[in-house]
Amino acid sequence: MHEMSLCEGVLTVLEDSAKQQGFKKVKKVWLEIGVLSGVEHEAMLFSYDVVVKGSVADGSTLEIIELPAQAWCMQCMNEVEITGRGEPCPSCDSYQLQISSGDELRIKELEVE
Amino acid sequence: MCTVCGCSEGETTIEGAAHSHSHDHEHPHDHSHDHSHDHEHHHHDDKTHDYGQGPAHAHAPGLSQSRMVQIEQDILGKNNRYANENRSYFAEHAILALNLVSSPGSGKTTLLTKTLTDLKDTLPLSVIEGDQQTANDADRIRETGVKALQINTGKGCHLDAHMVGHAMEPLAPEDKSVLFIENVGNLVCPAAFDLGEAHKVAILSVTEGEDKPLKYPDMFFAADLMILNKIDLLPYLNFDVEKCMAYARRVNPSIKIIQVSATTGEGMDTWYQWIQATHQIAMIGYQPKLAAVDADAKAA
Repeated sequence: MHEMSLCEGVLTVLEDSAKQQGFKKVKKVWLEIGVLSGVEHEAMLFSYDVVVKGSVADGSTLEIIELPAQAWCMQCMNEVEITGRGEPCPSCDSYQLQISSGDELRIKELEVE
Repeated sequence: MCTVCGCSEGETTIEGAAHSHSHDHEHPHDHSHDHSHDHEHHHHDDKTHDYGQGPAHAHAPGLSQSRMVQIEQDILGKNNRYANENRSYFAEHAILALNLVSSPGSGKTTLLTKTLTDLKDTLPLSVIEGDQQTANDADRIRETGVKALQINTGKGCHLDAHMVGHAMEPLAPEDKSVLFIENVGNLVCPAAFDLGEAHKVAILSVTEGEDKPLKYPDMFFAADLMILNKIDLLPYLNFDVEKCMAYARRVNPSIKIIQVSATTGEGMDTWYQWIQATHQIAMIGYQPKLAAVDADAKAA
């Protein structure tokens, strides 16, 4: 359940930007989460509501944009898309993959007022 | 917790930290707003330009008060900043920091006490013990004569970089030493939290399933070394060592694997060899003066 900590991290960023950019209320938050980041979306959504209670983001909605993972397959000499660590190349079944993306944990943008 | 670790609001305790880390920065959970959003009554003063409401208190069509803010910020950004501070501190003082991760019951503390007993005469050592509760493990460590500091994470499921940074002052690891950070027994959450360590070391015991590297791939991907512990029990178990190692390499082709038994001592020399070698690397570029100036500056 480190999703709770991640939501705390999100809230810290929201509160900091509220101060810097002078908004009073956050209505919607878009997160970009890679499929390899080890984050359970349901847990994230659940924790978010709990964590933002009484804050600048109270009542706001969380949108999760799932980002795919890319890897370089040494056998195919090609960029392939994978869905998890420890999974083979979808075209040649080799495990010799160099993962290049998919562990993103980013706050993309906010709707505020 | 002050920053990233939300699981344990105010419950983290660091032994020996006299200022018991009371969180006096604002946590807005206290003042209860009585939920009257949606129909905002705006207080107009000459500093407020409110475009959302028409003259008859109606929202002007097409003119919303909302705006979009691009932030593009890493959720773990704050933790990573603390981790980088820790990393520079370790580099400056030539401290090799190892983050030991495993599931509960893998024999992590036994492996560690054995390691400390065997290495304490050749290397300066110290330990940070992370557990949800009790100082039992730190007590076990101190019995070996090595200094240890307990961090209780309360409800938290992992150590974060900020806790480790705070532990540096009371623990005061020596220059050119090895610092073992024994993380909370958990193969999931600690994978995401960089503590500023040089390497994550994943400990897996043969009494667990051989497919654990596949079940918890994030942790075995994040680790540079896997220690397969309790190999003295192999004759009594159906544990396929080769399969386990193949699974670990499937997730992380560059992972190094050492087989040990902390109880019988088998394989421990290879582990010590790895520690000595990585310790040598940590000492490259060490300038004693730099560390001394830093200490003076702190004292002043």
